[in-house]
Amino acid sequence: MNAMTLAAGSGIAALAAAAGAGLLRGHLQRSALCLFLGISGLLSASAGLVGLLTSTASLILPLGLPWLPMHFRIDGLAAFFLLVIGALLVPVAIYSQGYLKGYQGRMDALAVFLPLFVIGMQGVVLANDAFAFMLFWELMSISSYFLVTFEHENLENRKAGFIYLLMAHLAGLLILGAFAVLYASGGSFEFSAMRAADISSFWASVAFLLAAFGFGTKAGAVPMHGWLPDAHPVAPSNVSALMSGIMLKVAIFGFVRVTWDLIGSGDFQWWWGAVVLAAGASSAVFGVLFALQQHDLKRLLAYHSIENIGIILIGLGLSMLLAHFGHPMLAALGLIAGLYHTINHALFKGLLFMGAGAVLHAAGTRDMESMGGLVHRMPATALFFLIASISISALPPFNGFVSEWLTFQTALMSPQLGGALLTAIVPFSAAMLALAGALAAACFVKVFGIVFLGHARSEAAASAHEVDAWMKVGMAIPAFFCLLLGLLPVLFVPLLDVIPRNLLDVSLAAHVHEHGWLWLSPVDVSHASYSAPVALAGMLTIGGLAFWWLHPKGSTVRRGSIWSCGNPHLNARMQYTATSFSQPLRRIFGGILQPDEHAHIERPAHKLLSQKVRHAVHVADPVVNRLHRPLADAVLTLAHAVQKEHQRGIHAYLAWTFATVLVLLAVFT
Amino acid sequence: MSMSLVQQLVDGLAALMLLVSFALLAQHRLLSVLHWFAAQGVLLAVTATIVAYGTGNHELYISAVMTFLLKGLLLPWLLWHVIKRLHVHREVEPLVNLTLTMLIALGITLFSFHIIQPIEKISESLTSDSMAIATACVLLGMLMMITRRKAITQVIGFLAVENSLFFAAIGSTNGMPLVVEIGIAFDVLIAALIFGLFFFQIRTTFDSLEVDAMHAALQDREDEA
Repeated sequence: MNAMTLAAGSGIAALAAAAGAGLLRGHLQRSALCLFLGISGLLSASAGLVGLLTSTASLILPLGLPWLPMHFRIDGLAAFFLLVIGALLVPVAIYSQGYLKGYQGRMDALAVFLPLFVIGMQGVVLANDAFAFMLFWELMSISSYFLVTFEHENLENRKAGFIYLLMAHLAGLLILGAFAVLYASGGSFEFSAMRAADISSFWASVAFLLAAFGFGTKAGAVPMHGWLPDAHPVAPSNVSALMSGIMLKVAIFGFVRVTWDLIGSGDFQWWWGAVVLAAGASSAVFGVLFALQQHDLKRLLAYHSIENIGIILIGLGLSMLLAHFGHPMLAALGLIAGLYHTINHALFKGLLFMGAGAVLHAAGTRDMESMGGLVHRMPATALFFLIASISISALPPFNGFVSEWLTFQTALMSPQLGGALLTAIVPFSAAMLALAGALAAACFVKVFGIVFLGHARSEAAASAHEVDAWMKVGMAIPAFFCLLLGLLPVLFVPLLDVIPRNLLDVSLAAHVHEHGWLWLSPVDVSHASYSAPVALAGMLTIGGLAFWWLHPKGSTVRRGSIWSCGNPHLNARMQYTATSFSQPLRRIFGGILQPDEHAHIERPAHKLLSQKVRHAVHVADPVVNRLHRPLADAVLTLAHAVQKEHQRGIHAYLAWTFATVLVLLAVFT
Repeated sequence: MSMSLVQQLVDGLAALMLLVSFALLAQHRLLSVLHWFAAQGVLLAVTATIVAYGTGNHELYISAVMTFLLKGLLLPWLLWHVIKRLHVHREVEPLVNLTLTMLIALGITLFSFHIIQPIEKISESLTSDSMAIATACVLLGMLMMITRRKAITQVIGFLAVENSLFFAAIGSTNGMPLVVEIGIAFDVLIAALIFGLFFFQIRTTFDSLEVDAMHAALQDREDEA
């Protein structure tokens, strides 16, 4: 079966999910939704795999405008992103079967908009003309708005939803602008015409900037990320998994499609790559720094999405720079690194959000300060969450390490590029990437430690129970793939090879296997190579030896009470909290974070006898406060001024008419 | 009468139009505004007669007579009647003081002469001066609508704008077709009648003819609702 048939089938399955959810009620509604979504995901993934292995397939459907039927096409890039969609959609569908039990009877909106959201993402990936692209893009944006505001009885959710809708439309407008520029040069809405068109360097830059800001807004790159930490936490967790895992990636897809494919890698200018690289490096560090300061579990994960989008952008930015300066091999490596991280992030971030959903389900709150000790009550969830945490911290042998390692290799192998600024920016971005990786590891030590280890900090956490089998299976699948993609990059990288072959006309496949199937060696064996199986074997050996040495045969593990410095009254509040754990980093990066700290000490009897100490710390997002808020305030002030003018008397209206006439006369004569 | 003499006469009348427009703006008393408005109508009729004589276009005589009757006599009388019936305060009550209004008017006149320069090149029948003056008079009429507090003065400003447009039309096209002119004349008449009716209606609703008072009354009503 060819890829297009499979892709069409996945779209139809998603439609069936929407229809089933709309018509059926009760537990049948949930089952139909999850079943058809799962089928859609399976078909998407297989379409992606078939598309990566075979040649390009296309399809024209007589839908949409009368003179412009919808064009669809599966090339390497589209196939890869279909695979990403499918790879996460299947486990999320299985997970939802368990997770949505709690929403039974009040999930009509969720059940209808979730499949529409999926169709939107699949359509964007498949679209081969600007009209279809924008149509599905808006479908994706609008249906996800309804998912974000699903629990609209909370004011917080409505606010987050509004900001999300606003930013999504802003992004849509910018993207539309980019297509308008490309349309002007190509003369047609079809992507094939835009690809073939010669575009002047000025208009290419305009299109690039519009696309970069448009897709960057949707992907949540700094400084356009303001909507993301608000919108992701308030959606139901299975939706957050899809939004963070796939929707942000669809924005990355759009960016790659427009810049690499439609504008063309031959038209790259040197500063394009620098812009993307700068945005990537700042997103990576900014995201993780602010993630460290969060105590809302899902908000923390949302900030990590910003970080990971930054890592992807670093790969893409390096690739753009190297392609411009005539190093196609390294450019291909950067592109592969970015795309590899894309699927990795989809898997482990999807898994993390599902795990967060499970924890939320059990503890009844998103606040980490009232969790703790969950590893005893939810061992399976804890295991999967741990796997995802190791993956996102870029530690071998899991998948996060492979893609970040590939990104590092691209940066380290980069030769001197023209100009001091460019020479400096590549190693600088690599340093930022290293910093982000280390901080991410610190952050997930904090998350896992506070949430799963120690003692329960609340009644709910103490009486938490493990999730059901559906949710466990839903989390097991991405966990398995995290390990698989970490162990066998040698098999996966050649699968992606078709993408740089299409976009940059170079192939990496020949070199990947140069050192045998066990070792991944990008570009050249003499530089670097990595073998996950060997690394895993080494770790297991050392770990096993250490365990054997510490617990020699025959000695049993002895459990005793915790040593408490002689204080007999141990309680959960004596543990590290999320806030206290991140305190050293808050001190170090105080200049960036600018925490708002208050300590209040009650000393009713004597100034040396403090009875009660209250400490509060709040870290606000500086980009939101310094950039988004003033912008929004300026727009509001302007709107209020106009509104006031509207309410004035007839004289004001006449005066405005008069002034307009005068200005028009002055301008047009 | 030679064409150039007609042209010079039209130019002279244009100057008088401008003078009248300034005079309209400069008045303190409502009745004198009305007198100057009537004078403007008579001036228009004279202009139409002269253009009719100069071009030999006899339809324009009818137009001149209509203008005289309608704009010189009927409309001023109607407005005078309204003022008398409503016992409107006799002062003009400007929003911007008169001296400043005159200064702005001066600036607008200069501006009109400036913007009309490109038209000079394509215009044949009319000298650029009278065209510029007609534009200035339109703008001065609008200025009157903006800077006066009373609804009646606003209506007079509106009618002055219409007069200036008529002046520009007969000056630049040697008169519009009669049908068009009759149509416009009736439009203006109907507009004046509707305005008159509105004044009575407004008076009974708001107890005032001042626009600000109407606005305030509306706001109060909204607050109550």
